[in-house]
Amino acid sequence: MTELLRADNLTRHFKIGATLSRRTLHAVDDVSFSIGEREIVALAGESGSGKSTVARLLARLYKPTGGQVLFEGKPISAIRSRRDKLRYSGQVPMVFQDPFSSTNPVFRVSHGVLRVLKLHRPELSARERQAEAQRVFEVVGLGADMLQRYPHELSGGQRQRVGFAQALAARPKLILADEPVSMLDVSIRIGLLNLMTKLRDSEGVSILYITHDIASARYVADRLIVMYAGQIAEVGPIEDVLAGPKHPYTQLLLSAVPDPKAPPPSAAALAAAVGERGEPPKVIDPVPGCRFLPRCPVSTDICGKVTPELRVLTATREIAGAAAAAGEVAVATDEATREVACHVAQSGVDVKAFS
Amino acid sequence: MLEVSGLTVEYATQNGTVRAVDDVSFTVGRGEFLGIVGESGCGKSTLLFGIAQLLSPPARITAGSVTFAGKNLVAMTDKQLAAIRWRNLSVVMQSAMNALNPVKSVGAQFADALRAHGVSSRKPIVARSAEVLRMVGIDPVHLKSYPHQLSGGMRQRAMIAMALLFTPDLVIMDEPTSALDVVAQRSLMVQIKELQRELGFAIIFVTHDMSLVSHFSDNLLVMYAGQIAEIGGTRQIFASPLHPYSRGLLEAFPGIRGPKVPLKGIPGAPPDLSVIPNGCRFLPRCPLKMDECATTQPALVERDGVAVRCLLYVPESLGAAQ
Amino acid sequence: MRFLRAIRRNGKATTGAILLAVFVLLAMFPGLFAHKDPNAEIYPRNLGPSAQHLFGTTGLGQDLYAQAVYGTRQVLVIAFAAGLFTTLIAAAVGVAAAYLGGTWDGTLNLLTDVLLVIPLFPLLIVIAAYVHNSGTVVLIAVLTFTGWSYTARQLRSQALSLRNRDFLAAAKARGERAIYIIAVEILPTMSSLLVAAFLTNALYAVLFASSLQFVGLGDPNANSWGTMLYWAQNNEALQAGYYLQALVPGAAIALLGAAFALLNYAFDEITNPALRPVRGRQRTRRLAGLSRA
Repeated sequence: MTELLRADNLTRHFKIGATLSRRTLHAVDDVSFSIGEREIVALAGESGSGKSTVARLLARLYKPTGGQVLFEGKPISAIRSRRDKLRYSGQVPMVFQDPFSSTNPVFRVSHGVLRVLKLHRPELSARERQAEAQRVFEVVGLGADMLQRYPHELSGGQRQRVGFAQALAARPKLILADEPVSMLDVSIRIGLLNLMTKLRDSEGVSILYITHDIASARYVADRLIVMYAGQIAEVGPIEDVLAGPKHPYTQLLLSAVPDPKAPPPSAAALAAAVGERGEPPKVIDPVPGCRFLPRCPVSTDICGKVTPELRVLTATREIAGAAAAAGEVAVATDEATREVACHVAQSGVDVKAFS
Repeated sequence: MLEVSGLTVEYATQNGTVRAVDDVSFTVGRGEFLGIVGESGCGKSTLLFGIAQLLSPPARITAGSVTFAGKNLVAMTDKQLAAIRWRNLSVVMQSAMNALNPVKSVGAQFADALRAHGVSSRKPIVARSAEVLRMVGIDPVHLKSYPHQLSGGMRQRAMIAMALLFTPDLVIMDEPTSALDVVAQRSLMVQIKELQRELGFAIIFVTHDMSLVSHFSDNLLVMYAGQIAEIGGTRQIFASPLHPYSRGLLEAFPGIRGPKVPLKGIPGAPPDLSVIPNGCRFLPRCPLKMDECATTQPALVERDGVAVRCLLYVPESLGAAQ
Repeated sequence: MRFLRAIRRNGKATTGAILLAVFVLLAMFPGLFAHKDPNAEIYPRNLGPSAQHLFGTTGLGQDLYAQAVYGTRQVLVIAFAAGLFTTLIAAAVGVAAAYLGGTWDGTLNLLTDVLLVIPLFPLLIVIAAYVHNSGTVVLIAVLTFTGWSYTARQLRSQALSLRNRDFLAAAKARGERAIYIIAVEILPTMSSLLVAAFLTNALYAVLFASSLQFVGLGDPNANSWGTMLYWAQNNEALQAGYYLQALVPGAAIALLGAAFALLNYAFDEITNPALRPVRGRQRTRRLAGLSRA
């Protein structure tokens, strides 16, 4: 699979505090990953994990403090002219989280789409723009008659679809979807998740799906990146990661997902869970060492001294190699690779932190 | 302990009256955990406000009663309600984390609540505030903190602590976990359940996420378009949901374990409540619709200990008579 | 069109609109309503009301009724023009400061604050006293210059609260320029505030202009309610018992002010349903938000 976007050691710090007590917030630290064509990559983590900051770095809303982002092989920091900026924002658009504030209430919902078309595809005539607006509305599952409605006449789910339509209008390669279903009712989420898979399959668009809900990530994504406290904890094909999570944090996330079909937890399990507060760490002026340490039940000495790096798990390399040897379709090593940033997991121990 | 009978809430809009809650009846016993589940706009929040007498014009209760500890809340004056509020009945709002006054410390807000109900000397105020904070797992040192210094999860817990200041008999919660992450959500639910076991209060918990209450609630009320669609024991409804809407809700969850299955959710949107249809309100979205559904409004019928509002379960004789 | 319907339904709005419409008609077609020349000092002085002179005459022998009718035009022109320009400048400055932030915000704020701190009326008097030819245009300019800062502050606050709305981020993300965002995306969403600001500024323009004229800083030969007050004062009308000479312009100013104020209230109620009055038993509790629509 061809690589579409790659982040290398992406870092973003914020200075906070008054002039006399300047401190640094490490929102994103040394994050590296890639996104290929026609794939949905889920970026999962709690609030404060840095996932939204990564999205904004990719959307060029922030400049990185360190590292770089390459889109189609070229660094996005080199984008200077207005024309290049426009082109990039058309190819890598963002869909926002809040359907109730992502559309301007005084205009009809066609406004955003038509503006995108005007800005990014100036070769189209006014009539062609209308036709294209209808087309993208239909692709996202809204009737062409919806174009004339006002946002307050649409439900939350429909407004989110409008957001996707706006993103599609510029014929993007990669859509950055920042928690697009978090504010929707559970029964409506499925519709949008299905839409995302459809966009990947029939429109050939890649999607970076940012979420804190692992279950929905599983439903749509091909690969999963788990972030914690500004760093990547684990990466890999989603089914593999969920079937056998290697990082203790991934295991915690999995255990916290409510499964209505599972039997209710025992009193002992409940008592154990009370201790887990669910507090994400504050990453201000961090010291070396694993940031998950305070919540990790299987930590060792080295975890407190050396910050773990994201490394490929040797076992998977072998699997990938074996598949190639057996004559199966060659895949880029990135795709099948499992990476983990945990001393205990890297030492080969089978981590069982949370059940 | 709480009996809601035939409660109906209407509000006037430019297009006419909208009946947000239509003839809802249920009871909550001592120490019981009732989950109220439904989509946005189904009327569950309005129902909650109707019970707690927090409705503002243009919304008003037009029928029914809410009997709490033997007295009808609907008929009470503000003064009588004030005596009950927070002592016997407290409310945790949606996005309660934003309901905290940003310019006052947490401790000051607790003190406000305590003083409003008659506790005036400083020592008991501080002691009780610290005690409730500890109950929800927050270090009492945070009494001095301002809301913006606490994380979302902590603010939510602080709101719950505030609701427990007088160990009420009934706590009503409106989507208290909606703005939290999965891990924080789970930990909060567990905490709430623990507190309920310890202190013995009843809970009415409103949410749009059924899975959240699946492990914690005793009884479940599924609401649709202002009416009760299904009501009964939680485990039973989860094991075999009767109403097509409940079934749809249960199936809208992508599973973590097991094979990956394409899901459909419940296509369509809830009806516009200013126009009450002739037949069943769920008809446009129902996969199991029958001819009668368009013309007959289903009433609640009992079936194996669960009440369900669907013509599928109306015994043939009654169906023919209608 | 939604607004027209809403105005008809709201009692306050209808009253205010009718009042304003009456004044506008008087201003546009004074000859239809008053048949005497307002400037002609040919009538007997200080007459009381009669069939000939509806409100009587002034100390100089002018017909009071004709003066009141013909004076409407200048007052309305000042009100609308000053109201409009003040609001426009305030919008430009306030919203730009909020959206652009940083040094822009700092500089524009400094400018606003300086003007805000200076007491308005004394400033008006000083400026008007220096500019000898105090015609209508000068009056409008002076009122605008001193009046925009307050509204600019208000609009800036509102724009600040809007700044983090996702649709603005979406506009920026799709490549819109800042000017476009301010003019097309932000200002229209603030339309109710802008209309309210216009109505308030128009009201204050009427009051301040009349006050300036009363103090003698306007053109005493102009036809305006404020100048009528000036002459009434000159004539010691109240002491001498010729009440109408002061009451008529005073009442006119009050009525026009009321028209603007009523429209202002009503506009709030139209755009914010929570403020509408409810018939029947009122339960006043804090609205904690009904279900998400």
